[in-house]
Amino acid sequence: MSVATIQSRRAWLLSDRPASRLQARLGRAYVAWRRFSANRLALIGLLIIIALLVVAALADVLAPYSPTIGDLKNARLLAPSAAHWFGTDDLGRDIYSRIVYGSRWTLYVVILVAIIAAPIGLLVGTIAGYAGGWTDTILMRITDIFLAFPKLVLALAFVAALGPGIENAVLAIAVTSWPPYARIARAETLTVRNSDYIKAVQLMGASPFRIVLRHIMPLCISSLIIRVTLDMAGIILTAAGLGFLGLGAQPPLPEWGAMIASGRRFILDQWWVAAAPGAAILIVSLGFNLLGDGLRDALDPRSGDQ
Amino acid sequence: MTVSITVEGLEVVFDRFRALKGVSLELREGESYGLVGESGSGKSTLLRAITGLAPASSGTITVNGKTLGKTRDKAFYREVQMVFQDPYGSLHPRQTVDRLLQEPLAIHGIAEGEKRIERALDEVGLGKGFRFRYAHQLSGGQRQRVAIARALILEPSILLLDEPTSALDASVQAEVLNLLEEVRRRRKLTFLMVSHDLAIITHMCERLMVMQNGEAVETLTASQLIGHRVSEDYTRNLLRASEGFVRV
Amino acid sequence: MSDTLLDVDDLRITFPTRTGLVQAVRGVSFSLGRERLGIVGESGSGKSQTGRAIMGLTPPQAEVSAKKLAFDGMDLLSISPRERRALRGNRIAMILQDPKYSLDPVMTIGRQIVETLRTHEKVGKTEARERALAMLQAVQIRDPARVFDLYPHEVSGGMGQRAMIAMMLVTGPELMIADEPTSALDVTVQLDVLNILDKLVAERGMGLIFISHDLRLVSSFCDRVVVMYAGKVVEQIKASELRDAQHPYTRGLLNCMPKIGFERHPLPVLDRKPEWAA
Repeated sequence: MSVATIQSRRAWLLSDRPASRLQARLGRAYVAWRRFSANRLALIGLLIIIALLVVAALADVLAPYSPTIGDLKNARLLAPSAAHWFGTDDLGRDIYSRIVYGSRWTLYVVILVAIIAAPIGLLVGTIAGYAGGWTDTILMRITDIFLAFPKLVLALAFVAALGPGIENAVLAIAVTSWPPYARIARAETLTVRNSDYIKAVQLMGASPFRIVLRHIMPLCISSLIIRVTLDMAGIILTAAGLGFLGLGAQPPLPEWGAMIASGRRFILDQWWVAAAPGAAILIVSLGFNLLGDGLRDALDPRSGDQ
Repeated sequence: MTVSITVEGLEVVFDRFRALKGVSLELREGESYGLVGESGSGKSTLLRAITGLAPASSGTITVNGKTLGKTRDKAFYREVQMVFQDPYGSLHPRQTVDRLLQEPLAIHGIAEGEKRIERALDEVGLGKGFRFRYAHQLSGGQRQRVAIARALILEPSILLLDEPTSALDASVQAEVLNLLEEVRRRRKLTFLMVSHDLAIITHMCERLMVMQNGEAVETLTASQLIGHRVSEDYTRNLLRASEGFVRV
Repeated sequence: MSDTLLDVDDLRITFPTRTGLVQAVRGVSFSLGRERLGIVGESGSGKSQTGRAIMGLTPPQAEVSAKKLAFDGMDLLSISPRERRALRGNRIAMILQDPKYSLDPVMTIGRQIVETLRTHEKVGKTEARERALAMLQAVQIRDPARVFDLYPHEVSGGMGQRAMIAMMLVTGPELMIADEPTSALDVTVQLDVLNILDKLVAERGMGLIFISHDLRLVSSFCDRVVVMYAGKVVEQIKASELRDAQHPYTRGLLNCMPKIGFERHPLPVLDRKPEWAA
């Protein structure tokens, strides 16, 4: 592509007078992307997350061995080598392959939690903020009850009640992580609720439901996305924690937290068994944190438009 | 002559503060009526009480023969629309002009949105080039034009104007005032306009009410005010102040 | 001329933005004696930035340059930040639009005035208090002793702006910059505040720069008017001769406002010519 066409495309995206809905949206996205990409650390974070997605998608190709079936006879607790990049564990399974497959479980947890917790928080927060009065009091007291318990303890209680397993771990984490989102959404709603543009929509005759759904929620979403992204690291760690305690993923599932738990026994002599999944958790958590910071700069409604 | 809005003994109380202390008002169809006063006079509260944005604690409001209760139905909003003071605050920051104008049509289930939006933009002198812009891509005057287009798109018969030009530069103010006069003439609208500026009110309105501390001071015609035929000292003070600084 | 208080020659202020450098002020020149000078312009004309540059309150990312920016023979651009601070609030004072934002909300009005005085002059506590009270009296606050102990949120807008003027004048500055000092006030209060300002400026022989968007108000208050458009001065004129203004922008600005007793439908609008900004 020549320089001229790139430049004309940029001009089209940044145009002050977009000619179509699509151009207006793309232009807005492009401005956010420019702000995001100006932050080098955020790009690194994005790269890490993209790598995680690629690894998870291509796990079958990337992993040289089975993640669950090991060679108990010949390959127990081998040190890292050309054949086994990260060594093998006590059941003779290739740790590299397990980490590659484990990325799927990490994504599974993170995405499911986000899909369950963020909308609940958004709904509770915006409704409480917009309705005010009794609705607000009741919804926020419920939120406070959830916030009063430490996250991991509450998740433990839920898993203990529901039975161990990765699905229940996801559910437990989701149930414990929506309250902060509700708080954020409510705070954001309170700041826009009395603005003239919301009043203007009220004067159009819009129903409260429509106002919350179409006019208030879009304003809360960006701060929520930022917060959820920043929380991803915490979610991964909670999931790993549950896995470590034996309440999350059950063997032989290659979940990173559970892998650390089983490697704990050999940590002095065969350090790589626990170190490799630990490093994976560290890197992915870091990636989500950097991405979240970058998104905050790019999407922050306050720093943005003018 | 038919009556458009009647307000009788209207009181509005916010947390014990009486913002309006029994104000009455009669607006004839097709007339332009001004409310003048300083901050705290209750002039904006009166507009908001009519739209339902401020709660009336007593008194009655009748619009086109229908006495209003606590809530307003959709039909009310097709009769009465409002333009806000601050053009920077009255447009949703994440919506394009197109989306802003679509919203009232969608709420009222009006078809042929495309045509109406184009016509509305034309009417306020903006044209198609502005349709897909966001509020931050518009100047103050352009924003106020969009706000006027939004108010007109439901084809109301009454337009409430809350200091529609006080946040604008003088030259832009003139353009917006001209636009308002033009749409009023074309659509035979009834205006109820709030301003702190006597010159704007006498320019735009035939009759006016001077307000102070939530009460009506006096009701005048524009020509009475121009001829200084006023009976209250407060109005005289306002008149003097509007003539600019005089060294004593 | 020996009684020139302020000399501004070719003042330029440049702001860096995402899309490149933007010149907010592009070569403004004027001089000021002990007189009242109005600077008028619409939003974005650079009038406020001009005032801020004289005061030394330009945001740090912006760049200020001028062939000459001299106060009482002192080059404001070359003196040290310390000397600049010593000037500010002492010999040059500034009043801003909204007293709500320019008074410290957690300090009583009296204490703020006393602090201002004691930062710039060596005076005892009792004397400072007396001078502050006298100053409050001078801005026609009826009960100075009561207002002295009030917090800014406890007084009305007009009272707050008077307190602000008192605070700014207590050190006896020679130059006062007032940036839209009355725009946030009700019209009747506006005139009271202007009267006070007028009297004090005349009594003390100060120079005053009155920055406003309101051409009529400025021309009725000031001796001379500088009209700015897009960062440039388009016209300098004696207030009394404003009716004979030459520049179409000045004339348009005067014309486009509705006036009681003059029926004009539609109002004449300003036809902005690109060459005005050139």
